[in-house]
Amino acid sequence: MELITLRGIEKTYQMGDIAVPVLKGISLAIRQGELVALTGSSGSGKSTLMNILGCLDRPTAGEYWLDGQEISTLSADERALLRNRKLGFVFQSFNLLARTSAIENVAMPLSYGAGHLSEREARERAAEMLTRVGLADRLDHHPAQLSGGQQQRVAIARALINRPPVLFADEPTGNLDSKTSEEVLQMFERLNTEDRITIIMVTHDPKVAGHANRVIRMQDGVILDDAPPTAGANPNTPAGAP
Amino acid sequence: MMLYTTARTAFRTLRRNPMRAMLTTLGIVIGVGAVIAMMEIGAGASAALKKTIASMGANVLVVRPGTASSGGVSFGAGSTTTLTPEDCQAILRECPAVRNAAPMVRARTQVVYGNRNWVPNAIYGTTPAYLDVQDWSILAEGEPFSDRDVLNGNRVCILGQSLVRELFDNESPVGKEIRIKNIAFRVIGVLTPKGANMMGFDQDDVILAPWTTIKYRVTGATLSTANQSTATASDSVNTLSNLYPAVKRGLYPEQSSVQQADNPMPVRFANIDQIMLAANSSAEIPLAVEQITGVLRERHRIRAGEPDDFNVRDMAELTRTLSTTTKLMTNLLLAVAMISLVVGGVGIMNIMLVSVTERTREIGLRMAVGARGKDILRQFLVEAVVLCLTGGAMGIVIGHGGSLLVQALLKWPVETSPAAIATAVLVSAGVGIIFGFYPAWKASRLDPIEALRYE
Repeated sequence: MELITLRGIEKTYQMGDIAVPVLKGISLAIRQGELVALTGSSGSGKSTLMNILGCLDRPTAGEYWLDGQEISTLSADERALLRNRKLGFVFQSFNLLARTSAIENVAMPLSYGAGHLSEREARERAAEMLTRVGLADRLDHHPAQLSGGQQQRVAIARALINRPPVLFADEPTGNLDSKTSEEVLQMFERLNTEDRITIIMVTHDPKVAGHANRVIRMQDGVILDDAPPTAGANPNTPAGAP
Repeated sequence: MMLYTTARTAFRTLRRNPMRAMLTTLGIVIGVGAVIAMMEIGAGASAALKKTIASMGANVLVVRPGTASSGGVSFGAGSTTTLTPEDCQAILRECPAVRNAAPMVRARTQVVYGNRNWVPNAIYGTTPAYLDVQDWSILAEGEPFSDRDVLNGNRVCILGQSLVRELFDNESPVGKEIRIKNIAFRVIGVLTPKGANMMGFDQDDVILAPWTTIKYRVTGATLSTANQSTATASDSVNTLSNLYPAVKRGLYPEQSSVQQADNPMPVRFANIDQIMLAANSSAEIPLAVEQITGVLRERHRIRAGEPDDFNVRDMAELTRTLSTTTKLMTNLLLAVAMISLVVGGVGIMNIMLVSVTERTREIGLRMAVGARGKDILRQFLVEAVVLCLTGGAMGIVIGHGGSLLVQALLKWPVETSPAAIATAVLVSAGVGIIFGFYPAWKASRLDPIEALRYE
């Protein structure tokens, strides 16, 4: 089943009088359970594509179907609700709330959700998520008391709290050393295989892209190349992936 | 539920930077504190002034007879003799707005004790009710005369402080005898000092005695003596035992039997100079005036359309002037306090704007995980309101404490006003909403992509 379908997505920024096209007709399909890496040099439009995929931005033209729903015409509030329910975000700089405990950081998205959970239920769910990312003993630590890898794991727990089908990661290992990067990527793989969560990572690091089972390379607003990674195929590639 | 969660989040956020939150609320704390203190001290001052005015006789009404004139010559106010002690009793009986009423006769003559003499400002013949009407019931010494003294015309009197000083050289006069126009009066009490009234008239320079005694023994005036100013001079009755007037005079023109049958007139034994009354409260003064006028017009058989033969006067103007003054002062202080609240609100807005800028990434993150614009708006608005309400609560405590301190140290009267506290809570919440709205609105309009990228 195709989770994400893009048809002829275009995005043009208006810089004064000059129209700057960033995405020039992107079409692609992502199935449930794929681990996709989106790569390309800076300025290639991968971040813009990511924003559109993450429902943070709207395309200038084209269709975006997510889980059987046309997204590109939704209002800002509808997209916010959609992000809350169906999408998780992991950022390069973690973006944790300072001076706030890990468990509160993780529970934060629940306060905007449609499904109203009580304070206790929210804490239980957050604790469960933190246990899943291996931070069961760090519930009440503040971000400043955690290492980079631990912070990113808190961020992953936060992204997963609403049990979304899709997880977006924007340079998830950009601020981490190679050892912790490896740990985070292994966690992605585990989530991908065990929980069948579709993961889409933006990265320019070929080593990171190597963990994906599909690499989409972009250049100048178009997809240059869409294939399994060159450096050793990921064994978890779901059947039917290109 | 949703609001409760938001308020909790706001509390947590504010606790992340307690020093800044404290400094931000300081403006509100001072503003609300000032409002509370001003309103409490103002209310206290106002109540104290009302009490003072009441002790000066703000609730007091005076009924005096109307003007007599003869052949175009007017004798001035109070020159007719239409008021009787029975009028006084009727007013007390039939006017519910009147608390108490005392008939009064006045005299002015020499008072002698031993080798000293003095002419007091006023010698009042009255009933014990006078002390209640004048709010003078507590005596410095001795006891007041009774209604029985009035009925019997007993020769007893109460002295004001000035007389004690002039005649007794500040020794206790109780039990001693003074002579008024050669009639011996036993002093049974001494009034508390009252000082001068608004006109500079020494209120302590007074002798109070039963009105019957003054009327029949001292002035010797009867109904026939129309002009009070000549009464004491021309009609000097000067005996110790003459309880009732010796000379019987014809009060009215001789009536025929037919006229008597047509116009049964009650026989009036005595007239009095004025009646002093106390209304239940200053608010009931107009009602009391109306009731008194009705009763007296009926008793004096005045037809509709004819002028009254008496005047009712009150001190309403005095009351009004003074209460207007206190209200003005309170409002002025309140305006100053309000300005400080507005300044505090601007401080809140300033800090909230800084906070929004500083937390741009947080806002972006919250939007990315599903916060809508209105969620962000609500969060920042609730934060501002929580700041203001916390400041308001602290302001209430500080303001109230301040006014209590003023009461303790400066001995100023203070009155706790729940209305002021309610106003302060509402105003501080209002300040939070008004001055928190713009920063919150600004935050809610941020673009999540820009906000996430913000350094």
